[in-house]
Amino acid sequence: MSSRIVMKAMIAFYIFLFFLYLFGPLMVMSATAFNTPNYPQAYPFEGFTLGWFVKLWNHRAMMEGLWNSVIIGLGVVAVSVPVGLAASILMNQIYHRARGVFYLVTVSPVLTPGVIIGISTVIFWKDVFGVTDVTKALFYKGVILSILGQSSFIAAYCLLIIMARLQRFDRAQEEAALDLGASFPQVFWHILLPFLKPALISAGVIAFLSSFENYNTTTFAILADKTLVTVLAGEVRQGTTPALSALAVVIIGLSLIGAIAYEIMKRREEAAAERMKERARMAEREAVPAQMTPSEQFA
Amino acid sequence: MSRFVIFLIPLVVIAAFWAMARYESRTAHDPTHKSYFERNGTTLGIVFIVLVAFWTLLLVVLPYLYMVQESFHPKLPPLQRNGPDDFLTVQQYKSFFVEPSGGDWNTNHMSAFVFSILASVAVTALNFAICYPLAYYMAQAGTAQKVRLLMLALIVPYWINEILRAFSLRLLLASKGLINQAIMGLGLSDTPIDFLGNNTGLYVGLSYAYLLYMVFPLYNAIESLDKNQIEAARDLGAPWWRIHKEIVMPYAKPGIASGCTIVFMLSAGSLAAPQFLGGPRTLWFTSIVYNFFFQTFNWPRGAAYAFILLAACIAFVMLTLRLFKVTLGETIR
Repeated sequence: MSSRIVMKAMIAFYIFLFFLYLFGPLMVMSATAFNTPNYPQAYPFEGFTLGWFVKLWNHRAMMEGLWNSVIIGLGVVAVSVPVGLAASILMNQIYHRARGVFYLVTVSPVLTPGVIIGISTVIFWKDVFGVTDVTKALFYKGVILSILGQSSFIAAYCLLIIMARLQRFDRAQEEAALDLGASFPQVFWHILLPFLKPALISAGVIAFLSSFENYNTTTFAILADKTLVTVLAGEVRQGTTPALSALAVVIIGLSLIGAIAYEIMKRREEAAAERMKERARMAEREAVPAQMTPSEQFA
Repeated sequence: MSRFVIFLIPLVVIAAFWAMARYESRTAHDPTHKSYFERNGTTLGIVFIVLVAFWTLLLVVLPYLYMVQESFHPKLPPLQRNGPDDFLTVQQYKSFFVEPSGGDWNTNHMSAFVFSILASVAVTALNFAICYPLAYYMAQAGTAQKVRLLMLALIVPYWINEILRAFSLRLLLASKGLINQAIMGLGLSDTPIDFLGNNTGLYVGLSYAYLLYMVFPLYNAIESLDKNQIEAARDLGAPWWRIHKEIVMPYAKPGIASGCTIVFMLSAGSLAAPQFLGGPRTLWFTSIVYNFFFQTFNWPRGAAYAFILLAACIAFVMLTLRLFKVTLGETIR
């Protein structure tokens, strides 16, 4: 018995270490955001200040980068979710021998290092948009290239997410609608899309988040413009300031709020499902009072 | 000329597939089979095809091919491109092995390449060792509620971007950082240990950045294992390490292959950790590529180096898949 306890203690200790590794650096960084010295320092704690947050707010380049990041993120969502949806539908319908090649082409960007995606995007679109001066002036821009470059692999994420749900779609629903006289667009809009809605939403969220925090592809594709992450990289390269820690605190705060909201939503959903089950059980009991379920007989 | 030929290759491949599809539908005719446009309607069918063609051709295939052809060109000022000096050459690839000026072996870049690959392998092994117990615990021992909480705790740090995570490690590991303060405070050493200079920071940073990408594939693979198998082995007296070696690991093979492939690819291609946590003398391969683009503006050579990296990564993935005897489809899910 005691070996069991030792084992349990060891597991607990290991999990503690794992999460210390995961959270420790972030906690130390957060502490430096509230400390007064110019160099981000967690210990000794010389005095509490919120000055670094003010400095962050007034950091022009970072705010400009944030704005670009949001635009790129929305652009990537707008491109990659529809593309992922279309690709997942084609994946199911494409004739057998081509499916392997199609799959390979569509998931290859997931496995390609982001640096290479960034480089190939810039080299390719520079010549394509550079064909005429007008297209070059209009389209050869960091924001557009970043959207194109990031979408190439984020669309593959979307494809994988949507495909997982599409595989559970019952084709009989579609057949039934068609038999009842629905047109193809109607089936798509009223049956398939509502069924895929949860997957589409999570694909959109993942697409935005991956775009927002992408560095490897964006650092090439953004050209002379900047995103929040490339500004950050420049700042870290030049030296360290507690304003960066302050930014991290803001992001951690937002993440925590998101996580808590998610947890509450999940619990509510579970409670609702539980209530539904309870109500169904009650209704069943009222409807057939004479019959008892086997479990009740033994109870 | 070669620049324009690139645009024809995908068209030829698509035409070949089209012909194959036509041939197949004629030889194996199935009257109940509906054609693509019958199934989706004309408008939607066209929209799907346009979207997918846009993605696969303009965002994936053509940029890759174009980058490869660019790597076979000399570095030229913009006006001379497509001129008489613009010929096909392997000089960019040669420059990886032999210094373009002087003709000595390019040991600098070759050793950086080997170092990047070996370090990535080491980081992959390290992450597997760190993550396997947690994944196993989450998949087999935890209750649903606990697992969800652990998952959330795993994901939340990953909403903070790579740069800030590297920055947080730098605060810990710098010579004035918390760990050195602790070491010197305890009297273990008089001078600060240069964690960043001796590459400890680099390894820790890479491992830290990609923990999640190892945990989830492992968890997904182990989760579907029937607990009774482990119980049976335990009842038959198998020690814990044999249970893992002979039951859990063989079962979780696709997950292990997938986690290892992803972590290896990410760390071999990583830019942030080497830039912010590597020592001043450490040369990471992607940093060399980065410098070709932003300092010497030698795009063809950068493209050639990028292609060398891509080829090495593909070779590594193929090798891993062969070693684990799994297919690509099982790996990416």
